[in-house]
Amino acid sequence: MSLIDLANPTRFLALAARLLPWLALVTVVLLGAGLYLSALAPDDYQQGATVKIMFIHVPNAWLSMFVWGVMSIASLGTLVWRHPLADVAAKAAAPIGASFTFLALLTGSLWGRPMWGTYWEWDARLTSVLILFLMYLGLMALWRSVEDPTRAARAAAVLTLVGAINLPIIKFSVDWWNTLHQPASVMRMGGPALDKSFLIPLLVMAIGFSFLFVTLHVAAMRNEILRRRVRSLQMMQARAYQGSASSGGATSQAVGAA
Amino acid sequence: MDLGPYTSFIATSYLAAALVVVLLIAWIAIDYRTQKARLRALEESGISRRSGRAATDMQ
Repeated sequence: MSLIDLANPTRFLALAARLLPWLALVTVVLLGAGLYLSALAPDDYQQGATVKIMFIHVPNAWLSMFVWGVMSIASLGTLVWRHPLADVAAKAAAPIGASFTFLALLTGSLWGRPMWGTYWEWDARLTSVLILFLMYLGLMALWRSVEDPTRAARAAAVLTLVGAINLPIIKFSVDWWNTLHQPASVMRMGGPALDKSFLIPLLVMAIGFSFLFVTLHVAAMRNEILRRRVRSLQMMQARAYQGSASSGGATSQAVGAA
Repeated sequence: MDLGPYTSFIATSYLAAALVVVLLIAWIAIDYRTQKARLRALEESGISRRSGRAATDMQ
């Protein structure tokens, strides 16, 4: 099956049905291994046991930006190539991305209280991630407020691409401004600054959460395709009723639908 | 495993992550069942797809 074949929603549904059990299995194994390694990780000499919060916080923070990146590529697919699955992918990713961003904010806050002495600080990194979370919510509200999915897709695609400006701001906020949030310690020039005893559980958890995202995203895309099939059939049904009412006779309901 | 004086912060973080993931999975699973049920109801009312395939056909 080539990439272009996936432009067909029905073929995507068939592929999703085959892939989802395997994706779910890999996700469970990776997250299980990640949790086990996180439990075995030693305490940090400065943070103590709170370093374990990092194994949840960092993957969710990475994914909060990654998911918006996926939605931005999908938005290009909607606006430039008009790919039939592009806006399905963007719409399905938004609630998952919002959840990851919420968890990044919450776990960061729970780490901040014992380490910084505060749950929240209007620091450049924290504020830019909060803005990302609000943008996710705004995007979800936009999708719900416009009934026609094609019209909603174009408006959402523009908003997503404008919002992508926030991604480099989040990433480099700790370098551009003097922030309370520490600078990058994994994705940085010169390699990770973390000891292997912390780096390995962190990476396993990050890969596990990434597989979780892929699994949930494929499942949510499948639901969105079915929702549009329902909408299409309902419109056909309404037209059939209208036709039968205007002609005054019985009209076959076996009308075409997607 | 001794988590020291910050046990509540660590446990809350992990429990919150687990809760959010479970809610996401439940939402997607319920949504799937809902869409399938709506498609089945439409099919039973006599509406069929242009292709002639069942509305609930995933292949």
